[in-house]
Amino acid sequence: MKSKRDFTGFLVSMPGILWLTVFFLIPYIIIIIYSFLTSGIYGGVELPFTLEAYSKMLINAGYWQILWRTVWISMIATLICVGLGLPAAYFIATSKHRNMFLTLVIIPFWTNFLVRIFGWMVILGRNGVINSFLQLLGLKEPLNLMYTPGAVILVIVYMYLPYMILPLYSAIEKFDFRLIEAAMDLGAKRTQAIWKVLIPSIRGGIGAGVILVFIPALGSYAIPDLVGGADGAMLGNLIARQLTVARNWPSSSAISMIFLLISTLGLLVYLRINKVQSKRRVQVGETYMKEEED
Amino acid sequence: MKDYSVVLTNVTKIFDNEFTAVDNVSLKIEQGEFFSLLGPSGCGKTTILRMIAGFEDPTSGNITLNGKNIIGTPPNEREGNTVFQNYALFPHLSVFENIAFSLRLRKEKEGEIRRKVMNMIDLTKLNGHVDKMPSQLSGGQKQRVAIARALVGKPTVLLLDEPLAALDAKLRQHMLVELDTIHDEVGITFIYVTHDQSEAMSISDHVAVMNEGEIIQYGTPFEVYESPVNAFVANFIGETNFFTGTVEKVEEEYFMLDTGRFGKIWFYKDMEVKIGQEIQVSLRPEKVKVTKEKPIAPQGVKINILEGIVDETIYLGSQTKYTVAVGDHYLQAFKQHVRYLLDEVIITWKDRVYVWWFADDSYVLREPGGVPVEE
Repeated sequence: MKSKRDFTGFLVSMPGILWLTVFFLIPYIIIIIYSFLTSGIYGGVELPFTLEAYSKMLINAGYWQILWRTVWISMIATLICVGLGLPAAYFIATSKHRNMFLTLVIIPFWTNFLVRIFGWMVILGRNGVINSFLQLLGLKEPLNLMYTPGAVILVIVYMYLPYMILPLYSAIEKFDFRLIEAAMDLGAKRTQAIWKVLIPSIRGGIGAGVILVFIPALGSYAIPDLVGGADGAMLGNLIARQLTVARNWPSSSAISMIFLLISTLGLLVYLRINKVQSKRRVQVGETYMKEEED
Repeated sequence: MKDYSVVLTNVTKIFDNEFTAVDNVSLKIEQGEFFSLLGPSGCGKTTILRMIAGFEDPTSGNITLNGKNIIGTPPNEREGNTVFQNYALFPHLSVFENIAFSLRLRKEKEGEIRRKVMNMIDLTKLNGHVDKMPSQLSGGQKQRVAIARALVGKPTVLLLDEPLAALDAKLRQHMLVELDTIHDEVGITFIYVTHDQSEAMSISDHVAVMNEGEIIQYGTPFEVYESPVNAFVANFIGETNFFTGTVEKVEEEYFMLDTGRFGKIWFYKDMEVKIGQEIQVSLRPEKVKVTKEKPIAPQGVKINILEGIVDETIYLGSQTKYTVAVGDHYLQAFKQHVRYLLDEVIITWKDRVYVWWFADDSYVLREPGGVPVEE
């Protein structure tokens, strides 16, 4: 019986496994191999195997700068998303019109990603909405809002905030708000009740939101490309530049590997935290099983 | 001057400008007593509790706690703690940390916290469960944690919102006794909200029976049971037989009521009545006797005797509940089985019987209203 069920499960998951193998695993293996090959003169790769792509990267200060910028921009954007997403999700989950607000959160997805970035360019540009308005108020020189890390962070937050709000919303929506009352009854101020009871109860949702924002943010390409300029370039732009401008395939493959490493590390940290929690739960559960209920 | 723990003066609560949950309620709860708010669901009893706890503000009226006006004081600054209906234990904290919650907020010393929590663990018999998470506890254990958590900060009032509703009957009985013991030990005021009259009757010093936002009757459990003010209370607290009719004859101690459906019946004159007055009387079924032989009234005592046919019997072990058809109408009678086997002649379905009672075992309802009179 059991093996038959296993076989059915295998059959059902086959299309997915096949898809991931052909379009994800195999390409990644190709990239790994490319990263250890020599760059061809007109692009492409050649034998022999070498560590040159990696070693060149390690001694290149510009590369380190971009790597570091990618990480901190993603981290700051994620933190801002948590900061904005928590109150927003709390508000939506406790609102009578939650469906309307949820729709409002999702509506931006109806507009193309690139179009929305262009929208920000119109707002932030030297002759954009903000600067025109400020000049109307008497500002002489227009502010340099575009082509800064700040612009990149702003647009990343704008793009990925819904991915933070939705998991937070679903966690808060399941939260029993009588626990807040219980905490306040026991002497907690409203803010203390939220920190000591609500936040620990929805940490799963926070973790999911952080992963959903941080990893796509790390991999940003179009946003820094369009609003980041030279000061706002991220790993994604570096990979693209190595591939299209420098025509150095091994180098761009090696950078991709570094990117994979960072996002995997982030995911591992997340899984580790989750695992420690569930493991503790199981342990206490086992001691409980041994005792009799009264 | 008595010391009152909680005093409500003309308290009204209107939700969303339309639903009156609590209607002009005034109530004095004595220091250290076990007080129950009893009523059907939606009668406003929980709203009163939430107003005392601070989760709701009254629309009008005044509430004092230990003589201090508490209107506008947030719940975290009130000296009352609540045991919630669903326990509301913090799922991410162990039993110990749940109980220690209020002490940690007050930043008490670690040793003090440990000592106080352990005292509560002893009081609520939670030894051996200290490090468990709430999800690993049974309903009764969660209940104890909720009580311990509410009591550890030494409140002057403990508010209990249907704390036993989620437990099964046997455990409920057990927890009731424990609640009573805990009340005796800590000596603070307990305000207990329930829809279960037997819970309220068994442990309360005073009971307020509520319906549709109003307090219908306040008194000791005995008063409320034996002298209900109207048909609602009589019917809500236990079962009862109602008689309605016009007064036909008045004597010194008794009066005769023309009930129509049961004929003319003598009742005890526990209040002044006039001939021709419309009156409703309650008679508890355990005071009604069912026998096959016609009873003989003792000297100087008036009894009412009706003849009927047993329509239904419900055997409950300790007692049997009889429904006897008298003509087209029915009377309830409970018979306690005080002797085994020798318990007189067995009365069963379709038997012709006499239903009778002492005329002074009834109580005249002072206020109209409550439930429909015709069954």
